[in-house]
Amino acid sequence: MVVDRKPLNWWERSYLPAIAGGFRVTWRHFANTVFRRKSVTMQYPEEKWVMPEGYRGAPYLVSDVDGHTKCVSCQLCEFICPPKAILITPPGPAGMAADRPNAEKMPREFEINMLRCIFCGLCQEVCPEEAIFLQKDYSLTGLARGEMIYNKEKLLKLGGVDTGIQKWKQKLDEAREQEVFPVQGSAS
Amino acid sequence: MSAPATAAPATPAPPPPPAAETVTVKVNGRTVQVPKTMPDWQGKPQPTTMLQAARLGGVEIPHYCYHDKLPVAGNCRMCLVEFGTPALDPATRKPALNADGTPKIARSILPYEPGTARGAIACATPISPGMEIYADSPATKQMREAVLESLLINHPLDCPICDQAGECKLQEYSVEHGQSASGFFETKVHKPKAVDLGPRIMLDDERCILCTRCIRFTKDIAGDDALGIVNRGSYNSIAAFPGRQFDNNYSLNTVDLCPVGALTSKDFRFKMRVWFLKETRSLCTSCGTGCNIVIGSREDTIYRFEPRENEAVNSSWMCDSGRLNYKWMGRADRLAEVRVRGEHSTWSVALPEIQAVLAKAPRGSVAILAGARQTTEELYLLKKLADRFGAVTDSVPRTGAADGFLVAADRNCNTQGARLTGIWSGTMGAQIPRIAEDIRAGGIRTLVVLGEDVTRHGISPELLASLETLVVSDLLPSATTRAAHYLLPGCAAAEKRGTFVNVKGRLQKFLKAVEAPGDARPELEFLWDLVEGGVARRAPANIEGIFNQMVRDVPAFAGLEWARVGDTGVTVPL
Repeated sequence: MVVDRKPLNWWERSYLPAIAGGFRVTWRHFANTVFRRKSVTMQYPEEKWVMPEGYRGAPYLVSDVDGHTKCVSCQLCEFICPPKAILITPPGPAGMAADRPNAEKMPREFEINMLRCIFCGLCQEVCPEEAIFLQKDYSLTGLARGEMIYNKEKLLKLGGVDTGIQKWKQKLDEAREQEVFPVQGSAS
Repeated sequence: MSAPATAAPATPAPPPPPAAETVTVKVNGRTVQVPKTMPDWQGKPQPTTMLQAARLGGVEIPHYCYHDKLPVAGNCRMCLVEFGTPALDPATRKPALNADGTPKIARSILPYEPGTARGAIACATPISPGMEIYADSPATKQMREAVLESLLINHPLDCPICDQAGECKLQEYSVEHGQSASGFFETKVHKPKAVDLGPRIMLDDERCILCTRCIRFTKDIAGDDALGIVNRGSYNSIAAFPGRQFDNNYSLNTVDLCPVGALTSKDFRFKMRVWFLKETRSLCTSCGTGCNIVIGSREDTIYRFEPRENEAVNSSWMCDSGRLNYKWMGRADRLAEVRVRGEHSTWSVALPEIQAVLAKAPRGSVAILAGARQTTEELYLLKKLADRFGAVTDSVPRTGAADGFLVAADRNCNTQGARLTGIWSGTMGAQIPRIAEDIRAGGIRTLVVLGEDVTRHGISPELLASLETLVVSDLLPSATTRAAHYLLPGCAAAEKRGTFVNVKGRLQKFLKAVEAPGDARPELEFLWDLVEGGVARRAPANIEGIFNQMVRDVPAFAGLEWARVGDTGVTVPL
């Protein structure tokens, strides 16, 4: 797209309208702070912005309404992550059972290196389980690099509860209704 | 397991006779000449099918139950295609012709519904002269979509937790030939998940599409009729016969064969997603057969072995014991540092010292014991070294029971390579008692051991302690490595390049999949340094160069070249 630059006329070339416009802004703020006692700055970090809906901050793992981990360790986010910030350790053959009924798999460890993360949101987009969401946090701090690698426990704690679908619970309920073939390995 | 029902796959299928009869067919409008018969799974000539003809014409027809190496079952219906045959003039019984003189083609139609195409399964329908195969026609596409939709009716779509995801034919064909929506709104039938089928196999009945590849493999190839289909209709499921385990030594091949994630390996279960795995062409080192494999590794960790097709060796299969024999490579006690008399050292210190010792050794006072699991190139360099010092050389025989299929009685992977390079001759291991005697008598003062624990083969630790110099290269600690004056950490086959010669004289190449731990170096490199020692700074060891040098010196390898030993190897005279 080419935007034509409109040539300035002689009045505009005198710079006077631009100076006047600048002074108008300055005077408005001056008047607001001195006469109306309105502040234009914010006492950050004591005061913080309210993030708009759809803001993309740090990605955290979420739990479902029953408090179970939603992540099934499919490793798609690890694959898609452009800065390779995500490292998932799958459970392996003798790994721990998932903390929810019916889905057999859950990550043994899930690490996001927040120093690498660019908050792009591809992990959230690719997740087939709706288990990871970019949330409102944007200012993450730590005293050492190691502290900035968030593990599964920390990510789940920060992520909170997601009230969305419970795919595996739904499948289990469906299977139980049929009563023909009890689904194995789903005692609860 | 019982005796295998098939001929050993090592006998290659007889090539079609030179003046093979051909049939002309059209695939997607392109004329192709194909042989009238083609070898079936047993290598017997059978009429060429539409699927084979299309493949020869460069068109792959999607299929699930069909497999080159298995009997044709024709039950998945995925390979349905519309086709046409030359029409006959009903009056004259002669081929009908179009106005332009080309033969008139009668498209296959449903007899009771002439407007609708009738598909035929390409995997089991033989071709006829003048046949036209429409692998991309709208009717064919519609049939494929319908078959896929029907296969997915009760499929659980649990790809996020399925180990097959990423190499699943159901996923691939759904993308290529499927449709994004399903017309099925009823509840899916649920079947058992995580069924224990045998010691190495896990079955998920919901994912199964009942192609029966596993049943045919275990019955016809492995000769162990352990699997079958039970229950009816939507409840059809694969099961082992009651009271039986699916536990033969070839069971894991069914995991490779399974086009979906129904049969999964317990060993590989939930270990790594397949799209992360780097695939390296290599060889199995567990016996003398030398099955061709693909190593799946990620960041220097090996996750699995899979068989690689080689008609001259292992067809498409490998045994479970060989397939699972990879975990030792990642063991924490792998030798990873150079040790001189028990103290940590470096290559640049140890190698000149060994060179000096060998240079001063009187002729006949050196013996070399080389494991027949070293590469042919390493054994060749060792033999060169031995000839320089007039050293006596031998290997250690290692045998077990052969199963008549793939597992060979010879459990060394390069016995023939060791013989051809001259490491042993006559009877393998016959020199070992003599070497032990000579050490006792004081004749042999220097012993070089590669990849063997000689204390288990007739040379006691006391004898080793009486040696002046003991040079050992190995991978894992043993009584021999503990006695070594010079301990040089070596590499497993997956950590280096080289060749092996199998029991039938097939010389095959393998490539490097992962890095060796710590300071370990391929034996080839330090043997090259020892052989070329004294000569100021020669070129570093280079597998192609050493291989080509070996070809000049070993008559059996005459005419070979590293670059010409392809992925499936060459046969050398034994």
